[in-house]
Amino acid sequence: MIQLTSFDLSLGALLVGALALTSMRIYPGMARQLLIAALRTAIQLTLIGLVLKVLFANSNLLWVALLSLLMLAVAGREVMARQHRRFTGRWGYGIGAVSMFISSFTIALFALAVVIGNDPWYQPQYAIPLLGMLLGNTMNGISLALDRLTQSAWEQREVIEARLMLGHSEQQAFSVIRQQVFRSGLIPIINAMAAAGIVSLPGMMTGQILAGAPPVEAVKYQILIMFLIAGGAGFGTMAAIHFAVRRLFDDRMRLRLDRLHSNPSSSR
Amino acid sequence: MFQVSKLSRQGLSGISFSLEDSERVCLSGPSGSGKTLLLRALADLDPNTGRVALDGVERNTMPATDWRRQVALLPADSRWWAATVGEHFEDARSPQFPALGFEPDVLGWEVERLSSGERQRLALLRVLANQPRVLLLDEPTANLDPDNISCVERLVADYQSHSKAACLWVTHSRDQVRRVADRLLVLDDQGLHEESPA
Repeated sequence: MIQLTSFDLSLGALLVGALALTSMRIYPGMARQLLIAALRTAIQLTLIGLVLKVLFANSNLLWVALLSLLMLAVAGREVMARQHRRFTGRWGYGIGAVSMFISSFTIALFALAVVIGNDPWYQPQYAIPLLGMLLGNTMNGISLALDRLTQSAWEQREVIEARLMLGHSEQQAFSVIRQQVFRSGLIPIINAMAAAGIVSLPGMMTGQILAGAPPVEAVKYQILIMFLIAGGAGFGTMAAIHFAVRRLFDDRMRLRLDRLHSNPSSSR
Repeated sequence: MFQVSKLSRQGLSGISFSLEDSERVCLSGPSGSGKTLLLRALADLDPNTGRVALDGVERNTMPATDWRRQVALLPADSRWWAATVGEHFEDARSPQFPALGFEPDVLGWEVERLSSGERQRLALLRVLANQPRVLLLDEPTANLDPDNISCVERLVADYQSHSKAACLWVTHSRDQVRRVADRLLVLDDQGLHEESPA
């Protein structure tokens, strides 16, 4: 594999710098966000590279578990930050984090122990990248779905309550929104699977091929990953919808918008 | 048959009154006095405390869905969630459509194309299809022309006369109070009290 030097990377960074400079004229705030995100990518990836280096050297279940939980904690914060109207209190963080834990961790365990079946199953070289990809994509699905769900509940509160007034259950009153929300959680992975190989070459497969792996082997891994991501995003979205609906309605099936932040806020 | 005692919620406290079979009671009061809040609390749409019972049965002993079918709230503006009228009716054989001047094909009509009068009359029919024991009407004729107003008033009276349902009717119109009310309740900053409807 051809090694990249710092000079190679700074050439790439020049591109982001040029984009930031140009976008100053259109939307100055965007340029700042772009630079911060680029800086975060560089720092976070460098750090994880160092962490993985140490982790690969001594394959220890405790360390793998700790890193996994850290990744989950950050993903939970990320889901919360992307909500325009998030749930108040612990639920704002909890719904996303618990849903991701349920889907991503279960599916990662299943893939490591049953499908790939390496020994030990928690071998960090497999466990961490796999969980990372699952979490990243599940996070996208869940945050899109939750954002849509809380926003729709807020905007369509009169329709929801009109149905409650007619004696409909919260499941009936929310059925139309639930379909839209489920769709928005699944559309990214459905689009990715539909376009894979024809329009786009998925990142992981491309990485393996760049690293010198035989294309057919890389493809098999990519197909597996796509299926796992579909499961993770789909079941994660279902779980998130389930918890969110339970929180949005109380035991007397009242729509409780007071459990959402009334001031729309979004960090980006 | 419908008893409310010491009902309190955000914006209201200690409301007590009762309605008898077939009784039609108007509720008036200045804007912001809490008439809509009261109706929402009675339909159990917002958290509230106090005892509310129908035919001696306390509402917390029955599922919220059953309660709202029997104690039905009709707001001033109706909301629709599907494209055609029929999708909003569980039982499409409601016999009252012709009596209200609707063609038999009304169930296939698009909601988008209904006039405000048609919307409100159909919204009332949608509520009546559940055979409620208590009707909570929140300015049901506020946005209607005189023909539609008398149509809605007649429909409510007909329903009450054969079902014995009670009705609490929020209105700002003194004329409407004189036309429809058996009793008049007024909600203001003094609380809830009774006045003569005449």
